[in-house]
Amino acid sequence: MALVLNEEQRMLKDAARDFLSEHAPVSQLRQLRDSRDALGYSRATWQQMVDLGWSGILVPEAQGGLDFGHVGMGQIMEQNGRTLTASPLFATAVMGVSAIVQAGSLAQRNALLPAIVAGELQLAPALDEGPHHAPCRVRTRLEARGDGFVLNGEKQFVPDGHSADQLIVSARSAGADADRDGISLVLVERTAPGVTVERVVMADSRNSAMIRFDSVALPRAALLGEPGAASAVIERLTEIGNAHLAAELLGLSMEACEQTVAYLNTRKQFGVLIGSYQGLQHRAAHLFSEIELLKSLVIKTLQALDAGSAEVAVLASLAKAKAGEVATLATNEAVQLHGGVGMTDELDIGFFMKRARVAEHLYGDHRYHLRRFAALSGY
Amino acid sequence: MPDLEQFRRETRAWLEANCPLSQREMVVEFEDRCWGGTKWKFVSDDQKRWLEVMAARGWTAPDWPAEYGGGGLNKEETKILREEMNRINARLPLFSMGLSMIGPALLKYGSEALKRQHIRNIVEGRIWWCQGYSEPNFGSDLAGLQTRCEDKGDHFIVNGQKVWTSYADRADWMFCLVRTDPAAVKHAGISLVLFDMNTPGVTTRPIRLISGKSPFCETFLDDVRVEKDQLVGTLNKGWELATYLLTHEREMIGSIGQGNAGAGNLHDHAVEQIGLAGGELADSAMRTDIARWEMDNRAFELTAERITDEATAGQGVGAASSMLKYTGTEINKRRHELLVSIHGQRALAWEGDAYDHGLMATQWLRTKGNSIEGGTSEIQLNIIAKRILGLGKE
Repeated sequence: MALVLNEEQRMLKDAARDFLSEHAPVSQLRQLRDSRDALGYSRATWQQMVDLGWSGILVPEAQGGLDFGHVGMGQIMEQNGRTLTASPLFATAVMGVSAIVQAGSLAQRNALLPAIVAGELQLAPALDEGPHHAPCRVRTRLEARGDGFVLNGEKQFVPDGHSADQLIVSARSAGADADRDGISLVLVERTAPGVTVERVVMADSRNSAMIRFDSVALPRAALLGEPGAASAVIERLTEIGNAHLAAELLGLSMEACEQTVAYLNTRKQFGVLIGSYQGLQHRAAHLFSEIELLKSLVIKTLQALDAGSAEVAVLASLAKAKAGEVATLATNEAVQLHGGVGMTDELDIGFFMKRARVAEHLYGDHRYHLRRFAALSGY
Repeated sequence: MPDLEQFRRETRAWLEANCPLSQREMVVEFEDRCWGGTKWKFVSDDQKRWLEVMAARGWTAPDWPAEYGGGGLNKEETKILREEMNRINARLPLFSMGLSMIGPALLKYGSEALKRQHIRNIVEGRIWWCQGYSEPNFGSDLAGLQTRCEDKGDHFIVNGQKVWTSYADRADWMFCLVRTDPAAVKHAGISLVLFDMNTPGVTTRPIRLISGKSPFCETFLDDVRVEKDQLVGTLNKGWELATYLLTHEREMIGSIGQGNAGAGNLHDHAVEQIGLAGGELADSAMRTDIARWEMDNRAFELTAERITDEATAGQGVGAASSMLKYTGTEINKRRHELLVSIHGQRALAWEGDAYDHGLMATQWLRTKGNSIEGGTSEIQLNIIAKRILGLGKE
């Protein structure tokens, strides 16, 4: 398959760019931060995204979605990386939808997906329990009680955890703390008795949460997929998440690079544009080349997801690892090449650096994914 | 597209019937890859036959116009032919600077007479072309070249010296950049001319590199007579052709295959040499280095593919060849550094049957030139900064 966008995908990309730069630029995130907004994103902007159909991009047509595929959603995520727009798009429309599409029963799909498409339901994936991504290190326990279950434990760094309606929680029904087997996924109402949510504002001014479950009673129907067999689902779910985070980091890197190049073409020192110095030109050109490499891994991975290719596991790790490295380089270079003004909060560059690190660490930084890639490759 | 499907079926059947089995084996020695020319000694009848049957269809240059001997295929058909050749691991029947450089330049800029004279010979592999570009004092600053070409009425006389001429000692003809207007500012007084390497006054001397023997030569030009009809394009407008040719060269160097020693997956070498412990490479620092290289290499391969796809779709940025040349050569250098690390002192042995007579070391050293030849990495970064990023315009 050619590594280019088709016409529909290109139109979606252009539409996303136009909408986000007009309605949700970086200044919106800055305003939400400065006003210490309780929600952490603009409800009006999210409603506009819903109206554009973005909540249903990955939802099958049978449940009222657009079924537009991962390449399409990846274009929106990439543009989102340029504007750093805070919204439920990733946690709900990428992760939440994918979890239900992957593991949900027909009844769950029919009940939950149309509500997400309509903008009436927001989800948050609660997978990690520590500062480093470790999908199998699950100590949160899910025990059978009567007709249902009882849930005990604690999840950390849950994106949108303080605002979502329901949480998708990984919990152990059997086995030891780091076993691959014995993990289940359950849907939990955020406001259910026994659920305590502590909002954690991250460096990127976005929402995360620490969530405790104290003897939370769940009905049998809360189970998402087979009990004790959720590892494969979580694996695929985080591959999808990482592919879209890589797309976001690609957009973020391109924007940081373009703003920096524009600055090199404006700022004068010693009577000349600083962009005329070869020392700076080569750093910008190297960064540009690295971004080109990342671009190819991202589109290949998104296409592989849509094609259901067996290579997704490897590609998702390659894309996320490269995205983490390139976004780190892009934002570090952006600050250094801007000089002192790059360190000021007044300039947007700092927002890009902060978002780059948070997005990289969500579901595994570049070291995690290089190790995973090596393991998948037999070394 | 039923026509393309039919083309694929017919091509597959024809290749099955006509590509000798020996020409589907991996290229190991230099001579396994046919360069053609009057001095070429075919290593087998199969190599000769494979060239002849492919050349008869014009498929050594599948997308060149059929009227001059090319295959006359469109982009889609050319891609299918490449895919079908790759499917059976068919070797390229011919590999030459005629195909990759001067041929495309002649088709774009050459006179009708020059096309008639040279294109078919390139397609059929009858002439080995070499490139007269760099000079001892003009490498990165190529446009400063000083080899003089004087108008003597019905012919030109060329005097000067070229360096880094690949295979000058085996080549039949040279395409050569010369200064035709010494008074003009440097880019403006350059022309491209063609001449036979047997012309009196042409002498060559091989250059020995840090890796040992090499294809490179110095070429001395003393009162060399060049016919006027062998000027390509317009007099004093040769720099445009030069940059066009450099673009093709960059793409060729950027896509140069991996060396023969140490072919295959890097991590297979490491597993074999270092071993696994608990399912992981026993050297964890090496494991990360290899994983990072394999990530970048995959990204590079996909980028080369993407740039081609974008060009086919009429999208993409200019100066992409500089980006590919820069990234491709730097990644290839890293590969060979890692191979030496993986194989340790064995990779640094220089003589002896047990060590392939230093093949791994010589290949490692040779890659150091990849980021110098065809425009250094630093020149590529200059080009990216200037042409793509628009820096330094004032």
